[in-house]
Amino acid sequence: MMDAIRRRAASISLILGVFVLWEVACIVFGISSLILPRPSEILTTLYNRAPGIWPHAQQTLTTTLTGFAIGVVVGLILGALIGSSRLAYDTAYPLLVGISSIPKVAVVPIFVLWFGAGTVPAVLTAMIICIFPIVVNVATGLATVEPELEDVMKSMKASKLDILWNVALPRAMPYFFASLKVSVTLAFVGSVVAETVASNRGVGNMMMIASASFNVPLVFAGLFVLATMGVSLYVIFSLIERRVVGWAMRKDGLA
Amino acid sequence: MMMSQTALKTPLIQFEKVAVDYGRKADRIRALEPTDLAVGEGDFVALVGPSGCGKSTLLKLAAELLKPTEGNIFFAGRELGAKPVRVGMAFQSSTLLPWMSIRDNVMLPLKIVPPFRQHYRAKRRGEYRDKVDALLAQVGLDGFADSYPWQLSGGMQQRANLCRALIHEPDLLLLDEPFGALDQFTREELWGTLQALWMATTTTVILVTHDLREAAYLANRICIMSPRPGRILEDRTVPFARPRTVELTYEPEFAATIQHLRSMIVHKPDTSRGDKP
Repeated sequence: MMDAIRRRAASISLILGVFVLWEVACIVFGISSLILPRPSEILTTLYNRAPGIWPHAQQTLTTTLTGFAIGVVVGLILGALIGSSRLAYDTAYPLLVGISSIPKVAVVPIFVLWFGAGTVPAVLTAMIICIFPIVVNVATGLATVEPELEDVMKSMKASKLDILWNVALPRAMPYFFASLKVSVTLAFVGSVVAETVASNRGVGNMMMIASASFNVPLVFAGLFVLATMGVSLYVIFSLIERRVVGWAMRKDGLA
Repeated sequence: MMMSQTALKTPLIQFEKVAVDYGRKADRIRALEPTDLAVGEGDFVALVGPSGCGKSTLLKLAAELLKPTEGNIFFAGRELGAKPVRVGMAFQSSTLLPWMSIRDNVMLPLKIVPPFRQHYRAKRRGEYRDKVDALLAQVGLDGFADSYPWQLSGGMQQRANLCRALIHEPDLLLLDEPFGALDQFTREELWGTLQALWMATTTTVILVTHDLREAAYLANRICIMSPRPGRILEDRTVPFARPRTVELTYEPEFAATIQHLRSMIVHKPDTSRGDKP
């Protein structure tokens, strides 16, 4: 318990230390705020421009979460399909790797071509970028059920659905939640990239416009907003993970 | 006396010239030579032999996890598969589900196997719960129903594993080296537990093991199998009265039985098929 508190205190002081160092370095070396604004400047900008930033943040958050939600559903279904049969796993895996190795930024223009600039390409980019980790993790979790366990289930004449529901899916849950944490941060990458390329709303777009007018503190304020949202979602999914699949992290929680 | 009676009953499960090949065409490997084996209702048969001799193959055939390449298997006089057979199975690794309490783990077959599954929703908090707790108490796990598998020692996990294999009152209990990973003392304790369970239920058991003492302690009959491709070399009745004890395994007659069985495995070359390696 004391250990946990000490660890947390250490990581908080590291973060604060980085900001202090940043602030001091900017003052000591006289770095112009056109190149690297001081954290205090960024926070002031954030505070003063909050009413203007807020709608953009909201836009990015809803886009990301929508894309992420669709990505989770699609990823879970694809993962379950691929992971529940050896044949499907071997057949579909190369295709999946191929698709995932395409840089997602390169897909944005295509989405814009199909759906026009705006929210839809951002949602789709967020979705497509977060599907792959989910599919792979769920499929792996399902495909690696111990053969003995499968024999025990089959000897009870359990149907495929029985095995999937009672054994394979719960067993895949730790893999699934691990992928959710990765995917939710990736989803931000997707939506922001799409916003910078083709949108007139969202934090990505706001940063583009700010950098075009050399409002560097506002660019950094945008970064702060994105970081805060990303970290918050990561933390939320970590907490859910600990509640749902705590059994897989036995030493920390349950005992 | 009792042994000869069980032997006379109509066999519960009967293998007739059953052979199994693994693999396809060119790289086809014969795992099991045509084998005859009949196991009477309520009997306890041990299959002993070197690794890869087809012991586990026989178990998988009985559990319908595998189809024979040749020959027929009958259950209670009818072709196996014609009617659902209730089977309980346990392996060396306990394969308990880590996200479930011991009680829920043991209750799993009641959720899956008919006719229990039809009443699962209604009875899982009442009748089934009591049934599970009673069985857990029988193997000395009272008080551990709400624990999780990783909180239990290897021996206790194997006790729970036996309970899971028995909770749905199987016609056939198939055990594949269930105590193989345990230390000597725990193993001997579990022999006693399994013997008591079997004597209380008189379910039919087929046990696969490497351990001759284990086989002779637990089984009514011991079938010695040859190296691959497997065949039953000798089918021997174990005469000792029940309940057997660990002390018995150090008696001269017991030692003589084991010595004899051991010589079958170690010394007897494949006389009937000398042309084959």
